[in-house]
Amino acid sequence: MGERLSITVNGRGYEREVEPRLLLVHLLRDELGLTGTHVGCDTSTCGACTVRLDGLTVKSCTVLALQAEGCEVQTIEGLAQDGELHPLQRAFHEHHALQCGYCTPGMIIAATDILERHPDPTDEEIRKGLEGNLCRCTGYHNIVIAVKAAARG
Amino acid sequence: MGETWFLPCSHMSKREGEQFEGFQGESPQLPEAEVGVPQGKGIGTSTLRKEDAELIAGQGRYVDDIRLPGMLYLAFVRSPVAHANLGAIDAARAREIPGVVAVFTAEDLHFEAGVPCGSNPTGDARQPTRWPLARERVRMVGEPVAVVAAETRGAAADGAAAVEVDYDQLPVVVGSEEAVREGAPQLHEEAPGNLCCSIRYATDGFDEAVAGAEVVVRQRVINQRLTPVAIEPRGVVAQFQPSTGEVTLFTSTQVPHFVKTFVSVVIGTSEAKVRVIAPDVGGGFGSKLNTYAEEYVAVAASKALGGTPVKWTETRQENMLATIHGRDQVQDAELYATGEGRIVGLRLNVLANMGAYLQLLGPTIPHLTLFMATGVYDIPNYTCRIDCVFTNTTPTDAYRGAGRPEATHVIERLVDVLARRLDLDPVEIRRRNFIREFPATSPTGLLYDSGDYDKTLDRALELVGYDELRRDQAKAREQGKLVGVGLSTYVEVCGLAPSSVTKAIGVGAPGWESSTVRVHPTGKVTVVTGTSPHGQGHATSWSQIVETELGIPFDDVEVIHGDTAFAPYGLGTYGSRSLAVGGTALYHSLRKVKEKARKIVAHQLEIDPDDLEFEGGRFHAKGSPERGMTMAEVIGAAWSADNLPEGVEPGLEETTFFDPPNFTFPFGCHVCVTEVDRETGKVEISRYLAVDDCGRVINPMIVDGQVHGGVAQSIGQALFEETVYDEDGQCLTASLVDYMIPTAVEIPQIETERTETPTPTNPLGVKGIGEAGTIAATAAVVNSVCDALDVDHLDMPLQPERLWRVLQGLGEKPVEAGPLETKGGGTS
Repeated sequence: MGERLSITVNGRGYEREVEPRLLLVHLLRDELGLTGTHVGCDTSTCGACTVRLDGLTVKSCTVLALQAEGCEVQTIEGLAQDGELHPLQRAFHEHHALQCGYCTPGMIIAATDILERHPDPTDEEIRKGLEGNLCRCTGYHNIVIAVKAAARG
Repeated sequence: MGETWFLPCSHMSKREGEQFEGFQGESPQLPEAEVGVPQGKGIGTSTLRKEDAELIAGQGRYVDDIRLPGMLYLAFVRSPVAHANLGAIDAARAREIPGVVAVFTAEDLHFEAGVPCGSNPTGDARQPTRWPLARERVRMVGEPVAVVAAETRGAAADGAAAVEVDYDQLPVVVGSEEAVREGAPQLHEEAPGNLCCSIRYATDGFDEAVAGAEVVVRQRVINQRLTPVAIEPRGVVAQFQPSTGEVTLFTSTQVPHFVKTFVSVVIGTSEAKVRVIAPDVGGGFGSKLNTYAEEYVAVAASKALGGTPVKWTETRQENMLATIHGRDQVQDAELYATGEGRIVGLRLNVLANMGAYLQLLGPTIPHLTLFMATGVYDIPNYTCRIDCVFTNTTPTDAYRGAGRPEATHVIERLVDVLARRLDLDPVEIRRRNFIREFPATSPTGLLYDSGDYDKTLDRALELVGYDELRRDQAKAREQGKLVGVGLSTYVEVCGLAPSSVTKAIGVGAPGWESSTVRVHPTGKVTVVTGTSPHGQGHATSWSQIVETELGIPFDDVEVIHGDTAFAPYGLGTYGSRSLAVGGTALYHSLRKVKEKARKIVAHQLEIDPDDLEFEGGRFHAKGSPERGMTMAEVIGAAWSADNLPEGVEPGLEETTFFDPPNFTFPFGCHVCVTEVDRETGKVEISRYLAVDDCGRVINPMIVDGQVHGGVAQSIGQALFEETVYDEDGQCLTASLVDYMIPTAVEIPQIETERTETPTPTNPLGVKGIGEAGTIAATAAVVNSVCDALDVDHLDMPLQPERLWRVLQGLGEKPVEAGPLETKGGGTS
């Protein structure tokens, strides 16, 4: 029925048999129970499904699970290390950079990539970097402040 | 035809043309809560949110995260056409698809009633029944016709695609103006002329009173249709236990208790057996202040499947077709004034597009526009007519601001046009018309509780450096730059709502709110609230109120919401009401706990209750602080109950149902500075300042966040967003590629400032802030761009193409920019 898939998510290996058309986001959410990655659209516009795939920031609603064969995936659940929040997670909390929280996992994952490319980003670099992540609650104001604060560690 | 709908199903007496006569007595002067200096994590502190921990770690629990054993996935078959008689539905091929378990149409699922509407502003509004699955006729693209249950998402989608439906197409009408024209296609037999209702209001002798006006400003203003786009689409997980008739329904909603009441009625099972849970909800903005066909179909499908749980997760395209839209008013307004700019009268006619059916509050939304169109101004003469009409489009209902953005936008635009006509500065024209005596009775009979419109205007002008701004603008204009400065001085009606008023304006639901405070033996506290937050941080704000009022620390408080199995009946979260009504219910429950505790301490210390003082969570005898008891000791005494005063029961738990005596009226002044690129017509917002007065502030950080979000949505409406239908009723903006909500690039940093004018309406003195941004900001942005282009009026959205067209016309007399033809024929 399905194809064999082996994949590593947040450092743990998984073996699954999947339908060829299964999306990576649904593999994560429905098959592996990692529901922190969210679906907010059907045109790869909103960014709520953003994850890291072999270091790349991708929208997992537009990646087939089988395309991630043998890859390393990092989701929001894998950001904190041994109980210590990632600086971005802490900064989002300390600067009220989330309200309903639905866009937050994708927003934080996208921000990890921004900080790797811009260790000390300007507001414009942060806003440009987050152009692929929609939020309807915060008006982005505190998100920009939080990402900047996280850059300063 | 389903009988007229009112919550909670008590039949309202029919009454003809009875108008809301407004408040008779004074708004009561309630005792002011102690306005202490903010300390610890109490009232007034920007305490970080306790809601964040799970959300930043991906541990949130939204509806689509929930999976029950044996659960099937649902996919809906939806009408691809906007108006048709429903022919045969052939599900044979669908049923053969591997993984498909069942296909249900209207014949297969029984409903006791249609999707409810709790709004009848005139008492005679046409409320055509809308069955959860279409019968005989479909009236909008996206209307559910059948539902497929399958083992996987993919199989459900394949099944839905394989169902064949015959649509015998009928003529379509999309725009509200076309809908009321002679010979327009008729949607509902019971609504001749596609008219739902005509709401009328007029002060006495309007025509005579305005006859002498030296200046009359006439302007058509389009408040375009919008799509709310909460980032979490809707979704349900439903289970119907056939053996017991029990229903468990997880749904992404702002009103779990309303859903519970209606599920019991529409499905036909005892309300005592229905449990509705709003888990984490990913934003609502009014779009989830409703009950939807899919909720009832999911419960009915689970019942038909013998109790198998089912899950439906809305796709974004479904969301943009089947979840309510907002706004969509065509407004014709006339402002009558003296030569010095003193406004004497306002006439407002509105065509409000209801869409194909009425959802929960349809006509009530433009009704709120009627109430607030005179804004912050002392306008003695006012007449307003609102015609609510049906069209072959998605139903419109409450979207953040819900009728009040449309009111503020039209009056703030008209006042600017009047200022241009009289060559007055926009600040000066406003000063000449502000309401200055409070409480103030509006021409529509509302009692503005408190306000000081000069205060927020002055503060905004001071912060933004208005005079210098105008000088910079003059210099920039000399260099050929198109720079504009726009103002919006707004007032909103919030804290919905006094129950006598909701009934008088034909809303089926009352306006009170509930809260239970339960002190546990170990001194911790559980607050149960009837509000249903979905991003507003109620758990944090309510915990702050407990710390200040009861002295039990913020971190020892848990707040439960959204689960009808725990909470006393609550009316949910919308209309900027949660703090003003739900927070006050909490305040009263805390007061009752304190009064009971005072009796227990007095009894145990053998002194008179009046000789006790309460400070930092501890009672002590006046003059001898060492003789006292902490709340922890009080609950111990109440629990062990071995030495309680006469008539005092064991335990420490209080519940309150609070019905507010009046609305609250937050107000403020927003200033927007824009520059328009001459070549491309693109608008750049170089500065945005919001000065808001929402009465007393519980958590400044959360209030700022609400303003940021509301202003961003308004900038979206002013510059980018528009829901567009073609003449066949196809929605051309049914995806996030075609409907642009602003990203981080389009929204500027938003400066916020506040003044605090407490309200006498509730002891906390709070007014509510959730919708200030969407109510104030469209006018500030559009006023600014009209100033930049030096034109009387422009209709939203001010997309580059639209401004480029105006710029080509620059030099001729100011272009009266009526509704411009956008490709595809928008609804304007």
